[in-house]
Amino acid sequence: MYKPLLSPGHTACAGCGQALAARLVVDIAGPKVIVVNNTGCLEVFSTGYPESSWEVPFIHSLFENAAAVASGVESALKYLGKAEQINIISQAGDGGTADIGLQALSGMWERGHNILSICYDNEAYMNTGVQRSGLTPPGTNTTTTPVGKFSFGNIRPKKNMLEIAIAHGISYVASATVSFPRDLQKKVKKALSLRGPKYIHIHCPCPLGWRHDPGLTYAVAKLAVETGLFPLLEFEFGKLVNVYKLKEPKPVEEYLKLQGRFKHLLSPEAKEELKRIQEIASLNIERYHLLAE
Amino acid sequence: MKEYLEGSQAIAKTVALCRPGVISAYPITPQTHIPENLAEMVAKGELKAEFVNVESEHSAASCCLGASATGVRAYTSTSSQGLLYMLEVIFNIAGLRLPLVLTCANRAVSAPINIWNDQQDSLTARDTGWIQFYAETIQEAVDLHLQAYRLSEDKRILLPVMVNLDGYILTHGYEVVDIPEQELVDKFLPPYQLDYKLDPENPLTLGVLAGPDYYLETRYAIQKTMEEVLKIIPEIGEEFFKVFGRKSGGLVEGYFLEGAEKVIVAMGSVCGTIKETIDELRNEKERVGLLKIITYRPFPQEEIYQALKDIKEIAVLEKAVSLGGFGPLYTEIKALFAGKKESPKVSGFIAGLGGRDITKGSLKTVFEKLSGRQTDCEFMDLNLSPNSQR
Repeated sequence: MYKPLLSPGHTACAGCGQALAARLVVDIAGPKVIVVNNTGCLEVFSTGYPESSWEVPFIHSLFENAAAVASGVESALKYLGKAEQINIISQAGDGGTADIGLQALSGMWERGHNILSICYDNEAYMNTGVQRSGLTPPGTNTTTTPVGKFSFGNIRPKKNMLEIAIAHGISYVASATVSFPRDLQKKVKKALSLRGPKYIHIHCPCPLGWRHDPGLTYAVAKLAVETGLFPLLEFEFGKLVNVYKLKEPKPVEEYLKLQGRFKHLLSPEAKEELKRIQEIASLNIERYHLLAE
Repeated sequence: MKEYLEGSQAIAKTVALCRPGVISAYPITPQTHIPENLAEMVAKGELKAEFVNVESEHSAASCCLGASATGVRAYTSTSSQGLLYMLEVIFNIAGLRLPLVLTCANRAVSAPINIWNDQQDSLTARDTGWIQFYAETIQEAVDLHLQAYRLSEDKRILLPVMVNLDGYILTHGYEVVDIPEQELVDKFLPPYQLDYKLDPENPLTLGVLAGPDYYLETRYAIQKTMEEVLKIIPEIGEEFFKVFGRKSGGLVEGYFLEGAEKVIVAMGSVCGTIKETIDELRNEKERVGLLKIITYRPFPQEEIYQALKDIKEIAVLEKAVSLGGFGPLYTEIKALFAGKKESPKVSGFIAGLGGRDITKGSLKTVFEKLSGRQTDCEFMDLNLSPNSQR
């Protein structure tokens, strides 16, 4: 009988993309794993004392230090001669990965620890109530980039975490999404089969912060891929080895219109903004050769 | 074996004798010689350990946290800004009830930047749930490190220990030090055994979320353990004496307290200078003494009270200050006598900040000042010439 390693009964919101992604990750990693988690929704909804959803050893320390804690775990396992038998996953949200946790993550990658880092990217600080992060896309309405007479929401593009990871010369870098669960699990499995640091960046819709129907999590995440806004890529030793091809990319409006955080972009005044976002998708399609032959 | 060693070298040798499996530290003056020495031992194969070159003190402490939680003895050291930078992790390690030993080479805190000694760094970390020791000599620092691991890993305790030694004065000073034999250290310090750790055979969740229904009890538990620690430190001191034949460490140490009228209370290397000053003044029939605080956390209030209750004039001499308030040690010692019928006159003095020498002359002045009016927070050896005021 199937027994998930992240048990149900936790307190994640209905339709939480991160809860889904985290279960897919730990299930395929299997029981011989130690999970190190930065502060964020995932740790909060799964470890409220006296309960825990984790069926594998799990440690949460602080917001920004999971990669460093994981480095200590890995070094300890090496010392104990158990490094070959146990996988280590260091995971965080987008803030814990790309903002406050980037230094520790960079240090861990550079030192070459045998650890898989996972970023559950829901594109804002959702645990504290939807504030903008370095991975919030342009045009997003968040509580710290509100839409108003002088604002169309967040200004800057998403920090390119895949390129940052690749720049560290690590063995495996990939993007994945909850809407392609088999692809996601295949990538985790592959990453864990390789030595050294690995990075998987997972797109996880947040119905609360993205303001979409909780039943649409899967559909919204799928549209992010199909518009070219969130391409599914796989790099080995810096070389692009695999992309998910698009037969006919969908216009970004189809993705945006399902989400309250982008509602303002569909008004006539936001025409230029909308164009800018379509350009991001088009650039991705061109850059990563996403079009099917 | 007795050797003529630099303080940092003596600490590194002692740490190596404790067989840590993971060492992680980040360079900061004046602590750096300690990890350098340890890295060399690992490189030469003299010490079997993972030496992790992290990118910050925050990660050094985090790396040790992870190692300790995985069931491996860990070690780190730092100073000043480094300790402040890791302070968030310092709280976290104690809250997780993880054993760890950290050496703090005490140094002033910026701004202005100053690499010389005072104790503002570690005193800022007094509320973290760490046990804190202060060493007077390199030998005492060596002995306190051995006791620190024993104490930290004691199943009744499971709290981290910070061993403080004055930067430069002890880290770069040379002394003849008795470095114990490996065999004796192994006898004194059993292998690291943690019951609650990260292990796929027995999956546990560490670092949980505890709401208002549970958090208070976790802090209470540390507070109660700290009370136990006050009883266990002398017990471990006894065992240390049995194994190494040397009395060292403890809660407090008195020097000429019997019949003393004026006593200085202090921590760290300045106690050596104070002892010499007392020797000179005793020759002049002055009834002066010293109470050295070795264990600052947990605060040995009963021992301090008993040692000081019959003294007329007390000076608390500190290398740290709570700006806008008083010296932290002064505040606590003063509080010990609040509401008591007979109470000594307790005065507070701040000295030696940023490496300013505390000479025998300044210490004699402190004793002299005790005959005058009580002061709360008097800065010693100030140079308030027009130039320095600007």
